[in-house]
Amino acid sequence: MKSLILAAMMLVLSTLAAAAQTGPVQAALQAQRSLIEESSRRTIGPAIDALGASDLQQMQMVLETWRAKDMWQRKSDGFFFAAQKTADGTYRLTDFDTGDPIGDFDKTALTQLKPNSGVRAMIATALVRFQLTSPDIAKRTEALDSIARDPEAGLLAPLRASIEGETDAFLLTRKQRLERLMTIAFDELPAERVAAINGMAGDLGVDFRATLNPVLATTIRVIDADVEPTGNLSSVLAPGSAALSESDAYEILVQAELAEPLTNADERDAILEANIIAGRVGSFPVAQLSSETARNAAYDVLVKDGAAPARVGAESIAGTLANYTFAEIFVEPSKDVTDAASAALAQTETRVVASQTLDLGLDALSLASIYFLAAIGLAITFGVMGVINMAHGEFIMMGAYTGYVVQQFVSNHTASILIAVPLAFAVTFAAGVALERLVIRWLYHRPLETLLATFGVSIALQQLAKNIFGTQARPLTAPGWLDGAWVINDVVAISYIRIAIFVLALLFLGLFLFIMKRTRLGLETRAVTQNPAMAASMGINPDRVNMLTFGLGSGIAGIAGVAIGLFAKVTSEMGSDYIVQSFMTVVVGGVGNIWGTLAGATMIGGFQKGVEWLNPSNTLAAQTYMIIFIIIFIQFRPRGIIALRGRAAGD
Amino acid sequence: MERSFIARNPSVLVFLALLAAFTLGVTALSEGFGIGVVSTSFVKTLGKTLCLCLVAVAMDLIWGYAGILSLGHFAFFGLGGYMIGMWLMYERTRQIVMGSLSEGVLPPTPEEIQAAIGNQIFGVVGSSDFPVIWAFADSLFVQLVLVVAVPGILALVFGWLAFRSRVTGVYLSILTQAMTLGLALYLFQNASGLRGNNGLSGLQNLPGVQAPQAVVSIWFLWASALALGLGYLLVAWIVSGKFGSVIRGIRDNEARVRFLGYGVERYKLLIFTVTACIAGIAGALYYPQAGIINPAEVAPIASIYLAVWVAIGGRGKIYGAVIGTAFVSLVSSWFTGGQAPDVSLGFYTIKWVDWWLIVLGFSFVLVTLFAPGGISGLVELMQRRRRKGDAG
Amino acid sequence: MKTLLEVSGVTVSFDGFRAINNLSFQIGSAEMRAVIGPNGAGKTTFMDIVTGKTKPDEGHILWGDKSISLIGMSEARIAQAGIGRKFQKPTVFEDQTVQENLLLALRKDRSPLSVLLYRPNRRDLDRVTELAQQIGLPDQLLRAAGELSHGQKQWLEIGMLLAQDPQLLLVDEPAAGMTLAEREKTTTILAQAAKTRAVVVVEHDMEFVRRLDCKVTVLHEGAVLAEGSLDHVTKNQDVIDVYLGR
Repeated sequence: MKSLILAAMMLVLSTLAAAAQTGPVQAALQAQRSLIEESSRRTIGPAIDALGASDLQQMQMVLETWRAKDMWQRKSDGFFFAAQKTADGTYRLTDFDTGDPIGDFDKTALTQLKPNSGVRAMIATALVRFQLTSPDIAKRTEALDSIARDPEAGLLAPLRASIEGETDAFLLTRKQRLERLMTIAFDELPAERVAAINGMAGDLGVDFRATLNPVLATTIRVIDADVEPTGNLSSVLAPGSAALSESDAYEILVQAELAEPLTNADERDAILEANIIAGRVGSFPVAQLSSETARNAAYDVLVKDGAAPARVGAESIAGTLANYTFAEIFVEPSKDVTDAASAALAQTETRVVASQTLDLGLDALSLASIYFLAAIGLAITFGVMGVINMAHGEFIMMGAYTGYVVQQFVSNHTASILIAVPLAFAVTFAAGVALERLVIRWLYHRPLETLLATFGVSIALQQLAKNIFGTQARPLTAPGWLDGAWVINDVVAISYIRIAIFVLALLFLGLFLFIMKRTRLGLETRAVTQNPAMAASMGINPDRVNMLTFGLGSGIAGIAGVAIGLFAKVTSEMGSDYIVQSFMTVVVGGVGNIWGTLAGATMIGGFQKGVEWLNPSNTLAAQTYMIIFIIIFIQFRPRGIIALRGRAAGD
Repeated sequence: MERSFIARNPSVLVFLALLAAFTLGVTALSEGFGIGVVSTSFVKTLGKTLCLCLVAVAMDLIWGYAGILSLGHFAFFGLGGYMIGMWLMYERTRQIVMGSLSEGVLPPTPEEIQAAIGNQIFGVVGSSDFPVIWAFADSLFVQLVLVVAVPGILALVFGWLAFRSRVTGVYLSILTQAMTLGLALYLFQNASGLRGNNGLSGLQNLPGVQAPQAVVSIWFLWASALALGLGYLLVAWIVSGKFGSVIRGIRDNEARVRFLGYGVERYKLLIFTVTACIAGIAGALYYPQAGIINPAEVAPIASIYLAVWVAIGGRGKIYGAVIGTAFVSLVSSWFTGGQAPDVSLGFYTIKWVDWWLIVLGFSFVLVTLFAPGGISGLVELMQRRRRKGDAG
Repeated sequence: MKTLLEVSGVTVSFDGFRAINNLSFQIGSAEMRAVIGPNGAGKTTFMDIVTGKTKPDEGHILWGDKSISLIGMSEARIAQAGIGRKFQKPTVFEDQTVQENLLLALRKDRSPLSVLLYRPNRRDLDRVTELAQQIGLPDQLLRAAGELSHGQKQWLEIGMLLAQDPQLLLVDEPAAGMTLAEREKTTTILAQAAKTRAVVVVEHDMEFVRRLDCKVTVLHEGAVLAEGSLDHVTKNQDVIDVYLGR
């Protein structure tokens, strides 16, 4: 080992001695000396290309030094060196070929090469070739990132050259993709570009669309109406169409100095004001100039007298426009390329729409899960027991605040959520039992009174929360492993937290079914709701069952609160945001049937997302439309989607 | 033979007399017309309270008598306010704009005036165009008609849909609440054409009126008192006869009334619409006194408070609705206005601004549980005791 | 005798359960009829169908001289057409007086506007007094209906039915919870009514049915099992099976 290093050193030293004055690197530099000295962006190209194309190992170092403005020229012989300022103010020169210092020189004996930013960018481009083949994978990645960020024609060749030797599979794919994209953008042969475009048609990548868009860039060219447009024509625009309004078209004519600008009302008025003589403009008394027609008439008189430039009114636009054709011409001259690009983009867009629909579906599904979570507690207290609890939303809020408080004491987010869920259940279970014992049980079979009394509770609880936690939103942070999203493609992504909520909703559905169908409590609950007297005579204590069932429904609201708090703001008003929707979910679905609640949540969530999709800027409107939709829906299915019929449904 | 309506309902006369005495009393004590003991802002508070009493009377008709717990009547109230607010704001802005435009050399054109008004009113929502719904904002007459017509038509359409599909009880309550929420959310948008959450403001300034607020406030007090008096009379008359009998029947047993051959839905729809119109009128009188209306006024919670007032006063008694509303809304504004003294417990100071709602919420629960008849229920109970005492 | 109500081939099912199964039934214009049957025979559902509360899946219901179809008409319209119904549980408006209850039921224009403007005249009040006499409550006119005894409420409800002046009365278990004396009086009131109109009485109590002394229809599992005089049907083997168990 030692001997090997020794041998290598010997070798280096011997080459050093041999090329002490003019090594191959210095020779290459000297060959381009005049261009390098001139260092002008317009002329330096060939020099950089020549240096960049060199096979010499040291050339990367040379270019980096040059770019860093650390390359100096020795005045005595015009040789180039890397220079480093020493402590005593002189510069220590290093030979590029050997990498050895050759001595310290005073500044006066040297000239610093100061490439300007344009030149530096060109050097950087030349460097990319080295970086792309650098043994350091980080450097290669960096080079690739820089190309992707700012692709330019000159980088295509080095990129292509670097593909063959790429060892990393991931980088290889990236390089290949980038090469295709840059072929589309920069290749000189239209056929190559068409092939590349066709090869990627339908690709969902944002980069692909970003590459195609400049290819399809157009300019609007104004030509006389009787002349055929030349160039790669995209379309002929009719003024007044959706693509080109009449006023925009006229503006283009004005810009091209083919038409006079419209007389601006302010200018007209200024001229009128300037021509007021003794309370009159011409023969018009000023007091009469209180309409557009009167002002125009007065102005036209001034024009006739030569006191004002001619008036170009809106009425002349159409006539002027008729004299011209507005041709939308592709900047890209090759029709083959633009045709292929249009087709490819259309194909991509179709797939994007399909993906967006899928994304919307997933969005709707997660919104439905949230509504379902918020409503499932109600499905028990309202749906099964028939108790209307307007404080249900506040139970959701209590659950969320429980989560917040737990996080104040337990800093590990995973642990805190694991603690918060049962604790929230316990807290809201207790609150529910208290509410049932103290208020609701005195009001069974008086639903309107129950509604009002629980409203009172809701108002009080909301204000209480405000007093304790303040009005600002409190954070409830999700564990780290719920951050991020499951990315299906460039369009479709669904955050893990929403998946978690969906899973949670499914769990709750299962839990509900299990409790109602498989446990003693569920059996007793159903018995008590259907016939309390009969149930009581069979040894069931209706008081106890009602209390527990109500507590259960409330407890589930608490857990839902933790889940909702993870992605929504925890505020004292969060409950009231969900209460109306929750009731709607239960009512629309069909009271007393959990599958109905599920269907209701799905329908409401889907409808709301659908409206938001049609009118993305306005989520408030979506809710308004949803409520209108529900009111109309009830016309057709007054008892909900899944309705109980017959005598059991009551009246 | 049946005696006349007033003779059968002496309480109506008593109420009207008290209302007149109250209005005269306040006028005599006011800054505008009297000795100045009662401040103008308090006169406005009293005037607004009378409007709230009017909507509460309507609420009592629909809930106390017809048994329909509507959680949407404050939406109608707000709509009435918006309708009159549109005219007030348009006309006042027009006068200001005319003032500033007339300083120019040339007399303004109608287009300039319209654009300047639009800019003034809709600048806050980043627009200067007039939405279609402002088409008649320059006409006081049309907007006054709309005060009644807009809530009325909304109630008619909504009620027709809801009653037709036999939505009753709590379901109807929730549906009306949803309607209110939908309307509030709609109004919150900037695109609603009613200035989004900025609402309409400056409504206390009557266009073309130079009189000071101290005087205007008394005008509105009288107008509100008159409206309340007429509303009270109307509702008392409606419930006194066979119609009252039918709607109370609907409240107690809807199916039975139906089998007696009455078209229950039509009765409900009529009551729902009439009360919505009354609410609209009350709102149109309220908001010029409040000076501003915004979508938060229409939020579902407002309609719930309305139900709270009527319940505390005692439903099924018109004077109960008035008492409950006057009492609770005045006490509420006293507590939440920061005038009530804080209570110091040593370790904690109870600030009423923070705690009043909690007290209100729980006292509402208590009323529902222990005094379902509300204040008027207690009054009747005492009367009956006294009568028994006299007899014994 | 003319047929007043003709029900033919009516079927109703709730979630697959056939509450009424191909039921046919006829009644003439001045006839008393008792409908009996065990629990779940479909007696109440039958009334629900005739009065429009429940819509049948199949079948025809024809009414009156003009043979109008009642299917699809609202409860209120059917009631206005002349069918009155008394519920099993006495349902009078408890916080209104007997007079108000009867005035409410009195045959008058039912549209909201005319009701709003209606003020009772002498003739109407006389008619109410007359009805009160008929049901034995002349002294109770100004009492709240809620303060009446159970039997009195039943009579008041029958009085309200008569005030409607219907051509057909459907009466569901009028004698439930009544004392013997009260039953006799109820029988008298119903028999009196049946002289001028059709009366259908649904009843459990055989003793009461015997007292009514009329044609009897036996329902079982939503269909007519037997029809005829009480003696006739009680000898029918099917009826015996149904009532005593097979």
